Amino acid sequence: MKFRVKAKLADADGMRRTLTRLAHEIIERNKGLQNLVLVGMQTRGIHIAGRLKKLINEIEGGDVPSGVLDVTLYRDDFRLKFKQPQVQVTSINFDIDEKNIILVDDVMYTGRTVRAALDALMDLGRAARIQLVVLVDRGHRELPLKPDFVGKNVPTSIGEEVRVRMEESDGEDAILLVEREDLDEEDQADGV
Amino acid sequence: MASEKKKGRILSSRHLLGLEGMAGEEIANILDTADALKEILDRPIKKVPTLRGVTVVNLFFEASTRTRLSFELAEKRLSADLMNFSTSGSSVVKGETLLDTARNIEAMRIDVVVVRHQCPGVPGFLADRLSSVVVNAGDGAHEHPTQALLDLLTLRQKFGDIKGLKVAIIGDIAHSRVVKSNIYGLKALGAEVMVCGPPTLIPRDVESLQVKVTHNVDKALEWADTINVLRLQLERQKSGFLPSLREYYWTFGITMERLSRLREAPVILHPGPMNRGVEIESAVADSDYAVILDQVTNGVAVRMAVLVLLSAPEIAV
Amino acid sequence: MESVKLPDKLCLKNTRLIDPVQNLDQTGDLVIENGKISAVNAGCSGARVWDMNGAIVCPGFFDIHVHLREPGFEDAETIRSGQEAAGGGGFTAVACMPNTMPALDHAGVVRWVSEEAAKFPVAVHPIAAITKQRAGEELTEMVELHKAGAVAFSDDGGYVENSDLMRRALEYSLLTNAPIITHAEDFKLTGSGVMHEGAVSTRLGLAGIPRLSEDIATVRDLMLAEYTGGRLHLAHVSTEGALRALEDAVKRGAKVTAEVTPHHLLLTDKAVQGYSTYTKMKPPLREESDTKALIAGLKNRSFAAIATDHAPHTSDLKEVPFDEAAFGIIGLETAVGLIWDKLVMTEQITASYMVNLFCAGPREIVNLPVPAIKVGEAVELTVFHPDEKWTVDTAEFYSKSNNSPYAGWELTGRPWGILKGSLWAGRIQPGF
Repeated sequence: MKFRVKAKLADADGMRRTLTRLAHEIIERNKGLQNLVLVGMQTRGIHIAGRLKKLINEIEGGDVPSGVLDVTLYRDDFRLKFKQPQVQVTSINFDIDEKNIILVDDVMYTGRTVRAALDALMDLGRAARIQLVVLVDRGHRELPLKPDFVGKNVPTSIGEEVRVRMEESDGEDAILLVEREDLDEEDQADGV
Repeated sequence: MASEKKKGRILSSRHLLGLEGMAGEEIANILDTADALKEILDRPIKKVPTLRGVTVVNLFFEASTRTRLSFELAEKRLSADLMNFSTSGSSVVKGETLLDTARNIEAMRIDVVVVRHQCPGVPGFLADRLSSVVVNAGDGAHEHPTQALLDLLTLRQKFGDIKGLKVAIIGDIAHSRVVKSNIYGLKALGAEVMVCGPPTLIPRDVESLQVKVTHNVDKALEWADTINVLRLQLERQKSGFLPSLREYYWTFGITMERLSRLREAPVILHPGPMNRGVEIESAVADSDYAVILDQVTNGVAVRMAVLVLLSAPEIAV
Repeated sequence: MESVKLPDKLCLKNTRLIDPVQNLDQTGDLVIENGKISAVNAGCSGARVWDMNGAIVCPGFFDIHVHLREPGFEDAETIRSGQEAAGGGGFTAVACMPNTMPALDHAGVVRWVSEEAAKFPVAVHPIAAITKQRAGEELTEMVELHKAGAVAFSDDGGYVENSDLMRRALEYSLLTNAPIITHAEDFKLTGSGVMHEGAVSTRLGLAGIPRLSEDIATVRDLMLAEYTGGRLHLAHVSTEGALRALEDAVKRGAKVTAEVTPHHLLLTDKAVQGYSTYTKMKPPLREESDTKALIAGLKNRSFAAIATDHAPHTSDLKEVPFDEAAFGIIGLETAVGLIWDKLVMTEQITASYMVNLFCAGPREIVNLPVPAIKVGEAVELTVFHPDEKWTVDTAEFYSKSNNSPYAGWELTGRPWGILKGSLWAGRIQPGF
């Protein structure tokens, strides 16, 4: 598969500013850190959750617990897509009952990943409330879901994708709008 | 979201017939998946919906309560629909032939067949004739891949890395399916392997599997970081391989007395079920050296991993 | 397959005529009149001509070791289907083993086999059992059996475990001058073995049959033959050890002969990987050191014959787990192509020597007259084309069974059929 970068939607500074704003919004809307926990979704959601945690702790002074969620086992396309699932670690070392969960992902698209994440969280316990924060919302929803906090709204066409690159996994912070030059099935299996 | 992990399948084969020829990377991937799945076993609701709508049949032609329960639990944890089919596969008392059984399975549109049979090669026989995915749960003295994978997972948890690890497998090497799968898996991950047992229970040309051989259990214990103590089938005595179980215990049994002579006692694995007082002393089996119960837990995780990985459809060509 | 009546006067033109006994190997033509050879290399005038397009014509091949399964196991093969497989494979005659139901252990059933076989131009020479019901307890009535047509005695498939009884068999059979054919196998050493014992059996987890099983049983029979002066023939030698023992016994003057099968010459235990039951037979496929020794033994004339040990089995006995499958593979329709392609074309043996191993060699063991390419001789000829390429397709076999490990093999050198008296039988008929 080939991609062509169409536009750089944010650089490191831009991303830092967006995350800082999101951290403030989360604190503001939740009126503090009472029962607040962050759950990052594999893989880049974890890094974003990590950044938010640091920012929130700095701003509010405290220590927000955080965990890692892998939704592979809950995906509705498990038996339909064309490659074996890469099951990654789920690690939530606290009881989520009665917690106020901030679920963190990088890009929201069809909503199917979020649906899987919600089911996964239900299996882990009964949270008091679940809110969703995404760095980018690129539209094209297939389920009636809406994020509570959005870093950037980026209208896209189907042939486009939003790529979030992060220092922790990619060596740089950036949000890129890319366009597919050829479509193949295996590649489609990747995007949810 | 698009993952940056490499493309393609984690397992190159549609079936899990054995570990022979499997690359170290593939094995490590299965173990990684099992590690990720272990968490489910500790949840209050020990179930994920992953294999909803997937039908698994546990086809056991040879009694093996332990392996069957482990597979069954793995299937239930993953929400698969499962059926158990246990029968004696011996041609002497057979009702229908294996071929007819296979055809029936095909007609029932089963997705995954987990098979245990006393004849080597039966999983391959079924894989050649079925559109289902076949998982070998032990075929005669050939292979028992999921047992080896759970042994590997246990060792990896215990030692961090398997590369360079010295593993002695002690007991009835000749009739063991566990031995070969273990050897293939351990060698693929870079371990050194020694087999130890009486000469009557060491198979011909075993050196061709690139293992060391000894008949001296104390030497094996001295050398090894970890030992895998095999169950001694009690009928070996009757068929003339051994004069008595008593002498076997004396000569090859893993006892506290033997371990006490070592500078450092090895980590002890046993595929179960144990014959206490034959291949292993009770005090050893119940000691901190033994990781036998970890093996049982890991067994479920490894089988879940295999089922999750193999239940995904093939790459579209 | 139906046999076809030949024209009254027929000329086989453009052939390569090979008859090692006559020291003949040249291209030419052959005229057949009323079931006899009337001219060799003397032109075709006045005869109906078949252009043989370079096919080899040689004295008829004889397979000294086949299982025709009738009476008793007609689902796997009948005398007729076995004869057709022989004819299609280029054999004008076979000797059939007595492990039928009932066994060929009394004159009546031996005569019946011969009568059944007379309906088709492939001669069937029964081999009678050494012991009644092949049970290893009492000798059969060898003199009467020999008069009824038995050309040899064998409990093939089983070993006469009682050494004293085997001694008596070797002694008593001297009354007939027919050899005792031994299936040399120590069944205790075989145990539950299903393939050769070695690195491959260890990997596959299949119980092994050690070479010892054959070697020890062979040595006993060789010693008995040497001691009694009896005539012994070793069936399907598969190990270097048995071959060495044979060579030593021959040097010491024992009256011993031996045969080797195409599969023991060409396949090793590596073929068993994958658990194909079409690689399961007795003795089992051995290792490369054995096949090398056997080919060397073939070259130095330790073997008098190549025999197929054609052992048909229904799919019910073969499409089962390896452990449970019956021992044996079929070979009549592939032997000529295999030996030509793998041994003659690779210049390990000559064409003329191959003809000898399929024709005079095995016949001399059982005292049968050897057909010849000579004016005045009765017609008994094998026809095969040395350059024809073909792919082994078991669905095309005349045999009722398809348990062949060679399915899909691409071979050069294809049997066309046979000429027997004034009849043609075969797969590829020239001249029509």
